[in-house]
Amino acid sequence: MTVPSSAEGDTLSKSLINAAAPPRTFLARFQRWEWMLVGLIVIVVALNTALSPYFLDAQNLSRTSSDFMEMGIMMLAMVFIIITGGIDLSVASNLGMCASFMGWLFMAGVDIWIAALAALALGTFAGFVNGTLVARMKLPPLVVTLGTYAFYRGVAYVLLGDQAARGYPEAFTYIGQGKLLGTLLPFSVALFGVLAVVFGLVLHKTTFGRYLFAIGNNENASVYSGVPVARIKVIIFTVSGFMAALAGLVLAARFGSTRPDIGNGLELSVITAAVLGGVDINGGAGTMSGAVLSLFLIGLLRFGMGLLNIQGQVQGVVIGLLLILSILLPNVAHTFSGSGRKLQRHSLWAIIAFVVVFIAFVAFFFWSREAVLIK
Amino acid sequence: MKHRTLYFVLALAMVLSLALSGCGKKATGPLTFVLVPKNLGNPYFDTANNGAQEAAKELGVTVTYQGSAAADATQQIQLINSLIAQKVNGLAISANDSDALVPVGKDAIKAGIPVVSWDSAIGKEGRVLHINQAVLHDIGAIEIKMALDLTGADGGKIAILSATSTAPNQNAWIEVMKEELTKPEYAKLELVDVVYGDDDDTKSYNEAQALFKKYPDLKVIIAPTTVGIAASARAVTDAGLIGKVFVTGLGTPNQMREYVKNGASPEFALWNPGDLGYLSIYVLHALATGEIKGVAGEKFTAGKLGEYTIQEDADLGVNVLLGPPFVYNADNIDQFNW
Amino acid sequence: MSAQTAPRPHRLRAIARFREAGISIFILILGALVALRAPAFLTMTNFKDILLNISILSIVALAQAMVIITHGIDLSVSSMIGLVAMMVAFVMKQSPEFPVITVVLLGMALGAALGALNGVVISYGKVPPIIATLGTLSIYRGMVFFYSQGTWINSFELPRSFKLLSKGTPLGLPNMVIIALVFAALVYFFLNYTRTGRDIYAVGSNPEAAQMAGIRRQRVVFLVYLLSGLASGLAAVLWASRFESAQTNTALGFELQTVAAAVVGGVSISGGVGTVPGVLLGALLLGLIENALPLVRISPFWQLAAQGLLILIAVVVDNLIARSAKGK
Repeated sequence: MTVPSSAEGDTLSKSLINAAAPPRTFLARFQRWEWMLVGLIVIVVALNTALSPYFLDAQNLSRTSSDFMEMGIMMLAMVFIIITGGIDLSVASNLGMCASFMGWLFMAGVDIWIAALAALALGTFAGFVNGTLVARMKLPPLVVTLGTYAFYRGVAYVLLGDQAARGYPEAFTYIGQGKLLGTLLPFSVALFGVLAVVFGLVLHKTTFGRYLFAIGNNENASVYSGVPVARIKVIIFTVSGFMAALAGLVLAARFGSTRPDIGNGLELSVITAAVLGGVDINGGAGTMSGAVLSLFLIGLLRFGMGLLNIQGQVQGVVIGLLLILSILLPNVAHTFSGSGRKLQRHSLWAIIAFVVVFIAFVAFFFWSREAVLIK
Repeated sequence: MKHRTLYFVLALAMVLSLALSGCGKKATGPLTFVLVPKNLGNPYFDTANNGAQEAAKELGVTVTYQGSAAADATQQIQLINSLIAQKVNGLAISANDSDALVPVGKDAIKAGIPVVSWDSAIGKEGRVLHINQAVLHDIGAIEIKMALDLTGADGGKIAILSATSTAPNQNAWIEVMKEELTKPEYAKLELVDVVYGDDDDTKSYNEAQALFKKYPDLKVIIAPTTVGIAASARAVTDAGLIGKVFVTGLGTPNQMREYVKNGASPEFALWNPGDLGYLSIYVLHALATGEIKGVAGEKFTAGKLGEYTIQEDADLGVNVLLGPPFVYNADNIDQFNW
Repeated sequence: MSAQTAPRPHRLRAIARFREAGISIFILILGALVALRAPAFLTMTNFKDILLNISILSIVALAQAMVIITHGIDLSVSSMIGLVAMMVAFVMKQSPEFPVITVVLLGMALGAALGALNGVVISYGKVPPIIATLGTLSIYRGMVFFYSQGTWINSFELPRSFKLLSKGTPLGLPNMVIIALVFAALVYFFLNYTRTGRDIYAVGSNPEAAQMAGIRRQRVVFLVYLLSGLASGLAAVLWASRFESAQTNTALGFELQTVAAAVVGGVSISGGVGTVPGVLLGALLLGLIENALPLVRISPFWQLAAQGLLILIAVVVDNLIARSAKGK
C-alpha cells in the first residue's frame, strides 16, 4: 500500500511517521480499491454458487450474516481510529467487559434494559480512558490498548468468574437473534447498516471526518493548523468504546447468555477487515464503503469455505494470504513496472538465495512430516 | 495501475486454488452426520473421531469431522451455521459454551437436523439429548478415591488444577469432589486450593509450580483435564518431587505414559473417547432414522457397546450414559495407544 | 509521535537510563510487597523458576525489541514458535539419536527461514509490518495444523537428551537460563558495538536521514525480521524441550507478551529507542507478576485484570519519569 510517490523507484516505503501525500491520488486509488472489492465479492459469490448448492439461499445467507455483525459494529469506529494513524487492540476485551457487566447486573436482579444502558455507559467510559491515556498522556495507542486489552478482559473475569449470565428475556435477545418483521433481514444487520451509513457520512461529509484524515496524514501539521487533535482522539476512542459495548450487547443477545470469555480474539478480525477494506494502517487514507465491502467479502468467503467443509485453520490461512497479497502484489507490480528498473546483479543473487531457502524449507517441511505421519 | 485488477484476480485464484486443494470430498451416501469437537488439533477429540468413523463404517453412513480453529463459541457457532446450511442429517457437538450454543442448536432442530451433544453439554433446549461420558458423580468420586490411594491412609493436603474457570464440566466435577470430601472416609484429605491452568500447557505448569511453593507439604494434585494433568506431572518431575507430590486426574495414555512409569502420576482415570465418538454416531443414527425420539426410557443398541437406555435427570436433562470411567496405571497403560 | 526532532543520542541514553531505573524501582517495590505476603517468594527455587519462566520470553522479547526499534512489529513470533517447535519435535521423535546441538541449529535455521519470508514481504514488498505479520500469524499457525494433522508430540516420544537441553544444570544454572543470557549478551554487543546494530537505531529514529547517510534501509529491516525468526526458532526448541511436548496451540497468544515485555522495558513503539537491559527488566517484571499473583493467592479471576493494570501503571509511571527527565 505504498504511495505511488512522485519519485519513481523511491525505495523508501511510507513509514508510520507520515510523509504528507497528495490527497487527490488517494481518492482515485481508493475508489479503484472499492471496485476491486466488489469484483472479488462477485467472484466469491460466483465460485461458491458453482461449488455449493447451499450458498445462494436467502435463509442461509440471513443466518450467516448475523455472525459478522459484532465484528462490523466494532470495525466502524476502528476505521476512524486507524485513519488517524492509531489502533485499538482493546475492543474485544471491552466487549467482553461490557457484556459481562450487563450479565452481572441482570443476574443481580436489575432490569435487562437498565443493565444494557449501564453496559453502554461502561464501554463508553472505558473508551474514554483509552482516549485520555493516548491523547493527554501522549502514550502510543498500541501500548495503551495492549494494557487495557488485558485489563478489560480481566474485569470481565472478575465480574462473572466461572458463572454464566443467562435467561435474558426474548425482547432483549431479539437484538441478536431477531429478524425484521416479515423479512429475513436480521435486526443486527439492519442496525449495522444504519450505523455504517452514519459513520460513512461523518467520515466523508463533515469537518470532523476531514480532521481525521488530516491527523493521519500529518499530526504535527494538523496541530499547527488548529485541528483539536487531542480532543478528536479522545472522541474517537470514546466512540470506539461505545461501539464495543454495543457489539457486546448484540453478541450477548445472539448467544442468549454471557460468559467472561465472550468475543475473545475478535480484535484481530476487526483490524483485518478494516485493512483489507483499504484503510491505510499508517493513517491518512481509507473509505467507509471499502471497509464495509471487505467485511462482506470476509463473511462470504468464510461462509463459502465453511460450506465446502474447509477446516477453520485453513480458512485462517486463506484470509491471512488475502490480507498480505492484496497489498503485496500491487506493490511488486509497481516495482517491476516502474520506469523499467533493471534487476541489479546483487538483487538477483538475493532473489535466488531466497528462493533456494524457501524451497529447502518446503522440502524439509514435507519430508520431516511424512517420516512421522506415515507409519 | 491497470495491472492492479489483474493481480487481484491472480491473488484470488491462488487463494481459492489453495482453499480447494485443502477441501474435503463432498459428502455422499444416504446419511451424513458431523462430529463437531471443541476445536481441531486435539488428540482427545481426534480419538473420538476414530471411534465415530468406526461406527460410520458399521452403519454405512458418512461422518465428517468439522471443528473451529480455536475452542471458542463464536467460531463454533459460525461453523454450525454453515453445517445447518448444508442440511446435514445430524450434528454431534462438544460445546465450547453450554448457553451460547442453545440458540444455534434450536435453529438446527427447527431445520429438522437432530442435535446431540457429547463430551461437553449444550443447554437442555439446544439439543435432543446429551451423551454423557460418565456420571458427574462417578468422575468426581473416582478422583477423590485415587487421591486417597496416593496419599495413603494418613491423608494430607490436596489441590485441584482445573482447566478454564468457565468450563461447565470442570466446575461440576469440582463441586462433586468437594461434596465427596465431606464423607468420613476422606476426612484426612484437606483440599487447600483450586487453581486454573486454562487448558494451556504453560499456564498449567506455572500454576502447578506455584502450588508446590504455597503448600510445601502438598501431597496430591488432582487435575481433571488432560492438559493440566500432563503439565502438573511434568512440573513434579522437573522439581524432583516424585514420591512426595503425586498427580492424578483425567488424562490420556500417550500423554501420561512417561509419568505413570516414572512415578509422578501412578494412576489416573478417563473414559475412552473413541467409545464416546462411536456412541454419538449410533445415537444420531437412531434419531435420524426414527428408531428413537429422544425420550427417557427408550432403548437402543449401539454396536459393540451393547444396549443403552435413555435417561433423564435434573442436571443434564435427557441423556445417555457411556459407562464408568476407567483407571489407567502401570499395569495396563501399555495396552492403549491414543 | 514524530521523530522529526530526534533528540541527540546522549539525551536518549539518559532517558533510557531513567526508564530502567523506573522499572527497577517498580520491580523492587513489587518484590518487597510480594515477599511480605508470601515468604515462599524469597526462596532459591522460586528465583530459579522465575528465571526459567522468563528465559524464553527474554529471547523473543529482545528480538521483538529490535524489530520495534526499526519502527516495526512482529506479531507472528508465536506462530513461528508453534511451527518450529512442532517440526523439531517431529524430527526428535523420528530420530532420537540426533545430536541436540544440531537440533538447536536446525530450529534456528527453520525460524530464520520463516522470519526471512516476513522480512522480504515487509522490506522489499513494502507491506506494513503489522499487516504482514498479522497475516503470517494465522498462516504459520495454519501450517502447524497442516503439518501435524492435529497430532501432538508427547513427553514419552522425546529423547531424554533433548529434554535436558533446557533443564540440565551442568554449569550450576539451568542451560536455558545460560542460553538466554548468552543471547542477551550477543544482542547487546550487536546493537551497541557493530555498525549494523547502530543502523537499526538509525533506521528507526529517522528513516530519511538514515537513507541519506547511506544506510541500506531495506536490508536492515529485512535483517531484524530474519533475526526475529531466528530467535523464535531458538525459543521454539527450548519451548519443546522445557514443556516436553509440541501441540498445535503451542505458544498461542505469546506475541502480545513479547510486545508487552519490550514496551514495558522502555522500547518506544515509534522507533529508535530501546535497550537490552530495559527489555530484560521488562521481561522480568512480567515474569514476576505472573509468578507472584498465584503466590499471594490473588483469586484466579483477578489475575488477568491485575496483570493488565500493572502493565498500564508501569507504562504510565515510566512515561511520567521520562517526561520529567526530559523537562529538566
